[in-house]
Amino acid sequence: MKILTGNDLKSGAVVWWTGVGWSLDVNDSADVGDHGAAIIAREEGAQNVFAAYVVDGARTDEGVRPSHIKERIRALGPTVRPDLTLKPSDPEAVNWVI
Amino acid sequence: MYKYDEYDHQMVATRVEEFRDQVRRRISGELTEDQFKPLRLQNGLYLQLHAYMLRVAIPYGTLSGAQMHLLGDIADKYDRGYGHFTTRQNIQYNWIKLDQTPDALAELATVEMHAIQTSGNCIRNISSDQFAGAAADEIVDPRPYAELLRQWSSFHPEFLVLPRKFKICVIASETDRAAMRLHDIGIKIVRNDAGELGAQFYAGGGMGRTPMIAPMIRDFVPLDQLITFSEACLRVYNRYGRRDNKYKARIKILVHELGRDEYVRQVEEEFAHLLTQPIEPPLAELERIRAHFTDPAFDPSAPDDLDLSDPDFRLWVERNTTAHKQPGYVIATISLKPIGGIPGDASADQIRLMAQLGRDYSFDELRVTHAQNIVLPHVRKADLHTVWQALDGAGLATPNLDMVGDIIACPGLDYCSLANARSIPLAQKISQRFASPEKQAEIGELKVKISGCINACGHHHAGHIGILGVDKKGLENYQLSFGGSEGADTSLARITGPGFTEDGVVDAVEKATQVYLANKQGEERFLDTYRRIGMDPFKEAIYG
Repeated sequence: MKILTGNDLKSGAVVWWTGVGWSLDVNDSADVGDHGAAIIAREEGAQNVFAAYVVDGARTDEGVRPSHIKERIRALGPTVRPDLTLKPSDPEAVNWVI
Repeated sequence: MYKYDEYDHQMVATRVEEFRDQVRRRISGELTEDQFKPLRLQNGLYLQLHAYMLRVAIPYGTLSGAQMHLLGDIADKYDRGYGHFTTRQNIQYNWIKLDQTPDALAELATVEMHAIQTSGNCIRNISSDQFAGAAADEIVDPRPYAELLRQWSSFHPEFLVLPRKFKICVIASETDRAAMRLHDIGIKIVRNDAGELGAQFYAGGGMGRTPMIAPMIRDFVPLDQLITFSEACLRVYNRYGRRDNKYKARIKILVHELGRDEYVRQVEEEFAHLLTQPIEPPLAELERIRAHFTDPAFDPSAPDDLDLSDPDFRLWVERNTTAHKQPGYVIATISLKPIGGIPGDASADQIRLMAQLGRDYSFDELRVTHAQNIVLPHVRKADLHTVWQALDGAGLATPNLDMVGDIIACPGLDYCSLANARSIPLAQKISQRFASPEKQAEIGELKVKISGCINACGHHHAGHIGILGVDKKGLENYQLSFGGSEGADTSLARITGPGFTEDGVVDAVEKATQVYLANKQGEERFLDTYRRIGMDPFKEAIYG
C-alpha cells in the first residue's frame, strides 16, 4: 500500500493521511494508491501540512507499517527514548521498528 | 567571558523580531514552506525526522552559569526536558514547536545567545579548545581571536551565501583538543622566533564524504592581519568554490583540486590586494575583546593537594580531570556518556545542576566539548570532592573521559532525517559491553566515534575506532575503520573491510581491543599499536 505522511505546520509533528484528515498514529493511515500527489498538492496548498510525501507500507496483523526502517522510526519515535514514542507505556514498542 | 555590547544586543534582538514576523507570516499562509525554509534555517530551525529541531550556537563552547541554566529552562519550557550537545559545541532541541520558537529565541537573547548561522551556507559557530584559558600547555587564551572572528563573520554580507557551509576552529596549544585540522579553516595561535604572537593558518580540512586533513597554508600571520588574511581565504573560496555540485562544494575540494600551492598563491594575491583596502579592525578592538577573557581571580594560596582516599572519587579524578595552569585548581570534565546512555544528552535538571556548579565552583564558566561533554574549567582542588559528589548524585560522574565508553555519536536515524542508520543504540551497546571500569582501564585511551551517515557528524573518520552506519538494502549496516585521530597527530581512519550488523560490529570492536592488548608495547595506546602493527592483525581477528 501507499501511505502519505507529512508534518504539522505549527508543531512539526509527524502526521499520516487517514483518507479524511491527518492523524498522529500511523495505524490510521489510508492507502492513497495513485492519488498521493493530488492529496499533497491540496493539503499543502491549504496549509494543513508541509513536507508531505508518499511512502510504501503494508497492513499487518499489528497495524500499518511503513516498509523502510527510517519511516518506521519516524512513525513511532526515537528507539532510544521509549518514553517519547507514540507508545510510551509499551516496552516492546521499539521492536516493531526493527 | 565576552559580554555583548549594544550592537550585539541590537543585532540579536532585531533578528528575533524579524523571525517572529516571518513565523507569523508562515502560519498565516502568507509564506509557503519553500519561501520560509531558508528563513528558518538562517535561524537554526531545521525539520528533522520527528519534528522541528533548533540548534543554538555556543560560541567557542564557552557558557556562563546563567546561559547554561537557561538552556535547561528552554529544554523544559519549549522542548521535552532535555537537550543534545553536539560535536560542533552547540546544543540541539529535538521537539521545538514553530509557533513557540520566537519566544524561545527571545529568551535566549536575554542571556546573549542565539541560533543565527547555525545552519546554511555561511560561516558557522567558531569552535575552540574546551580548555582555553585554563590549559597548562596553551600559549595564550585562543578565545579572543575566536570572538573577533565571530564578530567579523556574523552577518558578513559577502559570506552569507557561500558555496557551502564553512567551519572555523581556533586553538593555541600544541595539543589539539578541537580537531583543528579537520575544519575548513583551522587557526593555531603561535609565537614566532621574535616572540610575537601570530596565527598559523590551515585550510581545506573536513570530514563528510571526502575527508581531508587541512594543509598549512601560512605559518605566521601577524595578529593585526588576522581578519584580512581570513577574508582572503574566504574570498578565494567564495569565488572559485563549486556551486554546481553540493558534494564538491566545500573548500577542501577546492584546495585539493587546485592544489595547496595554487590555493596559497591565490590567497596571497588576494591578501596583498586586501592590505591596500584597510579592512582590519584596529588592534584596540582586539584588546577590548581580550579584556573580557582575563583570568578569573584565582586564589594564589589555594591548596594544591587532594584527598584521594575515596576510591570512586580517585578514579574520577584520575580519568576526568586535567592539569590547570594555576596551582590549586583543576579542569574537570563532566562525561555525558553514562554507561548505556545517550552520548551528549542531558536532562533539564542535569543542565541546571551543571550551571549551578559552574557558578559556584568554576568562576561562573562552563565549556562544551566537541566530544559532547561539559567542562568546569576552573575548579579549586579543595572544592573538587564536593563537585564530584553533586555530579555523582545526578548521574554525571562517569569516570570515562577518552576511554572506550566516552563515545562520540551523532543523533543518527533516531532523530536525523539525513541518517541511514542509528548511531545511539550502537554507542549504548558498546558502552555496555565495556562497562567494567577494570576493562576500560586495561584498554586505556580509545576514542570510538560513530556517524549514522556519510556526513560524518559523529567524526568517524577521526576515531581510533570509527563506525559509519549505512543503508544496505533497507537494513542498517556498519562499516568499521581504524586509525583516525583528531589530535595534533591528525590522521584519517581506514576501513577494515565488509560491514557488520549492529551486534556484529560490537563484537568486532571487542576483538580489536583484544588484538591491541595482545600486541601493545609499553604505554602504547590502541592508536599507537595500530599504527605500529598495521591493519592486518586486526582484520585477521575480525574477519578470520
